[in-house]
Amino acid sequence: MVVDHLSKRYGERAVVDDLSFTVAPGEVFGLLGPNGAGKTTTVEILEGFRRPDAGSVQVLGLDPWRDGRALKPRVGVMLQDGGLYPGIKAHEVLRQYAGFFAEPESPEGLLELVGLTDVASSHVRRLSGGQRQRLALALALVGRPELVFLDEPTAGMDPHARTRTWELVRSLADGGATVLLTTHFMDEAERLCDRVAIVDQGRLVALGAPGELGAGLASSETRFSARPGLDRDSLAGALAMAVDAIVEDEPGQYRIVAEATPALVADLACWLRDRDEPIGDLRAGRRTLEEVFLRLTNDGALK
Amino acid sequence: MTRSVLAQVRVELALTLRRGESLLVALVIPVGILAFFSKADFVDLGVETPVEFLTPGVLALAVMSSAMVSLAIATGFERRYGVLKRLGASPLTRGRLLAAKITSVLAIEALQIVVLVVTAVALDWRPDAAGIVPALGLVVAGTVAFASLGLLMAGTLRAEATLALANGLYLVFTAIGGMAYPLEQMPRAVELVAQALPGAALSESLRGVLTDGADVPSWSLIVLAAWTIATPVVTSRLFRWEER
Repeated sequence: MVVDHLSKRYGERAVVDDLSFTVAPGEVFGLLGPNGAGKTTTVEILEGFRRPDAGSVQVLGLDPWRDGRALKPRVGVMLQDGGLYPGIKAHEVLRQYAGFFAEPESPEGLLELVGLTDVASSHVRRLSGGQRQRLALALALVGRPELVFLDEPTAGMDPHARTRTWELVRSLADGGATVLLTTHFMDEAERLCDRVAIVDQGRLVALGAPGELGAGLASSETRFSARPGLDRDSLAGALAMAVDAIVEDEPGQYRIVAEATPALVADLACWLRDRDEPIGDLRAGRRTLEEVFLRLTNDGALK
Repeated sequence: MTRSVLAQVRVELALTLRRGESLLVALVIPVGILAFFSKADFVDLGVETPVEFLTPGVLALAVMSSAMVSLAIATGFERRYGVLKRLGASPLTRGRLLAAKITSVLAIEALQIVVLVVTAVALDWRPDAAGIVPALGLVVAGTVAFASLGLLMAGTLRAEATLALANGLYLVFTAIGGMAYPLEQMPRAVELVAQALPGAALSESLRGVLTDGADVPSWSLIVLAAWTIATPVVTSRLFRWEER
């Protein structure tokens, strides 16, 4: 899948602005960004719903706008709002879509796979938000697609269903399918994606493996949680190396802005031990994807 | 190709039969009008044999209810819920979706026609046998015109507006479509307006071919042909697949 200098305007506003990236076969690729960043518009162009204003896209070597007929049998789509009629039963809609493909998965097997066997005969209107999401996911898979688009696949799912969905997406990729997903959840992107693109206001601001993105940012830091109101000056004095700042972001949530060396962590641990302060959690080193995301998309500092 | 159309037809039929209100407008009301007015002596329709007048009228009413009212409401809400959009991402092409919708409308109409004709014959209706084949042709033409009108509403208005307008038009055409009450009995101005609309055009043409010794008024064929040709063109230009 190739996105090449893609732009799309709605009136005066550029929703997608000179966006380029490629997705390799068998890859799980995440498109991240705040609301209104142009994620869904990008996905809808790749799905063939919208036409680019400038630039081009290629999906499985085809143009989704012009070659829809050839492309659709090979692609699975999960829309952000599932596109399910409230009066239809879960197994009916799967059977319906199975009828559109030459060699579909069995509807029963799919219901089992997404954990909806018990509600197979329930109307969509009786399903919970998470169950509808799982049904929409099953619909995306019914045609044994080579490529799957998942627009916020785990929105509204409980933690159990999310974990199960992650396993499912990984197994798709292991089976050779390519997956493009959008998500708000950074832990999802970290767990699931081989590579992610972070977009903001239609522009690409970062691209790479989730683990690499944090390393690219200059300063590292050490975060820990402990009792609120610790004496931060005393802590700074106890550290062998100079630190830029020790910040209490929220009561009990501390951040030491300095290179996260083992020596620094040892000094921190000793200081806490000497005062018999229990420690909630500790993370040192590169930023999490969430931190990278907030930093890149928040205040425009790096744009 | 046919397999995907059939998969869609099956769903269309299941959903239509599941909607109680569509059965009401499709069967209960037409049968009720036919049975009640052909037997009720206290209602004077100003015609010699009520069943001869009423049967073509309720057949037109049945076509209108399925092709326009049910189709418009179902499609309008499918559009609202993003069902049409989701189908657009599947290998079912728009042409096949339309074919499936028309097939299921025709199937429901066949059921309606059987029920209505059996009821009418039980009420001593004796149609002109030579008119049966032309009548089926008129039913198909009327289906195209009314289905296009229904899809025009569904593809341009919000779902609630489609619901209200489709039901409103059902009442209007029932009243001034020559379906339950003769046009000639109405004020001249109303009659002229009614004659320009597809409801009266279909019911009067059906009445002409099915009634022994009656002629088909030429205005009704011209008006019906005009709606049958014009509305699909307008609808195909204005229909939007997503509600925004």
